[in-house]
Amino acid sequence: MANPTMTLIASNTVGSGGVSSVTFSSIPATWTDLVVKYSTRTTISGISDDVYMYPNGLSTNSSGIQIGGTGAGTFSNSNTYAGGFTDGSTATSNTFANTEIYIPNYTSSNYKSHSTDTVLENNATASYMALQAGLWSNTAAITSLQILAPNGVFVQYSTFYLYGIASS
Amino acid sequence: MAGATYVPIATQTLGSAVSNITFTSISQAYTDLVLIANFALPATGDATRIQVGNGSIDTGTNYSSTWIYGTGSTASSGRASSDTSTRFAGAAVGPSTDFATGIINFQNYSNTTTYKTWIDRYSGVTSSEVNAMVGLWRSTSAINTIKLFNVVGSNFVVGSTFTLYGISAA
Repeated sequence: MANPTMTLIASNTVGSGGVSSVTFSSIPATWTDLVVKYSTRTTISGISDDVYMYPNGLSTNSSGIQIGGTGAGTFSNSNTYAGGFTDGSTATSNTFANTEIYIPNYTSSNYKSHSTDTVLENNATASYMALQAGLWSNTAAITSLQILAPNGVFVQYSTFYLYGIASS
Repeated sequence: MAGATYVPIATQTLGSAVSNITFTSISQAYTDLVLIANFALPATGDATRIQVGNGSIDTGTNYSSTWIYGTGSTASSGRASSDTSTRFAGAAVGPSTDFATGIINFQNYSNTTTYKTWIDRYSGVTSSEVNAMVGLWRSTSAINTIKLFNVVGSNFVVGSTFTLYGISAA
C-alpha cells in the first residue's frame, strides 16, 4: 500500500487583535494538490462577507462563479474571487464560517482551477452555503497563498490550515 | 492511530488524448474513494459522465442522479432516473486550455449490502459551470471499476490528470 499523503504543511490560529490576512508562504513543490481549510469570523459590520484567496499574493487574474443557497432560495453569480464566505460581526456570537478549497496540480504550467465549499450557519435567517469554481489565469506555480478579509480583520480563534496531497 | 487518508491508488496523466478514463481492479481495502480530476476538453465541449461496476462497467439503466447547477447568472436543479450513467460535468464543458477541477467522493464503495452513492463537484469557470451532484448506482455489488467518459466522444486533452485515492475509517 502506498503511503497516506494528506499532510499538514502549515497552520495559523489568529490571536487577540485579529489580522487582516493570513499568508502561507514558501509552499514546497513536493505535493500534487493543495487543500486549504479555514474557519473564520471578521469584524465587518454585517452578518457575512466574502473572503479573497490570492495565489502568490496577486490580486489579478482571479475569477470565479458560484451556486448557493440561503435556506429560502438559490443564487448564482460571478466574481473576481472564489475564497468562500466568512461570518461578520453581527452574526450570532461564536459562530464561524467554514471553507474548504481544493487546488489540483498547483505547480503545473496550466492555469489553476480550484473548487471551494463554503458554509455559514448562524441560527438565523441569513445563512448561506455555496459551491464555488475558481480560476487563477496564470501559468506560474503557486508558491504562496494569501487569504484576505477585504472589509475587516479575521477575529481571534479564526483558524487556517494548509495540507498537501501527493498522487504517488 | 486514525485511518490512512488520501492514499494514492492510481493516477493517469494523459500523454495522448483519450475519450474515456477507466480505473480497474480497485483495491477493496479502503472505506471510501476520492477521484480528483483536473481536465479539459476541446473547445467544442461535451458532457462528461460516470459509470461504475464490479468486474465490468454496468451500462444498464441502474443509475439516478440529482444536481444543482450554476452558470454564474442562473441557478437550477435537475434529476434523472433509470439512467445508464450519472452526470459529472454538464452539457457544455470545455474549453481546451483551462483545466477544470472535479472531485468525486464514493462512500462505502466496497460493501455488498447497500446500493452505492457518490457526491461530485465540478468547477469550470471558463465553461461557466459549477455544479454538485449526488449519484446512485442501484447495485449491492462492490465497486471495483470506475469510468469517466464523454457523451459524444470528445477526447480529454493531453495533460489532463485523474487520480484515485483511498480513505480508511480505521
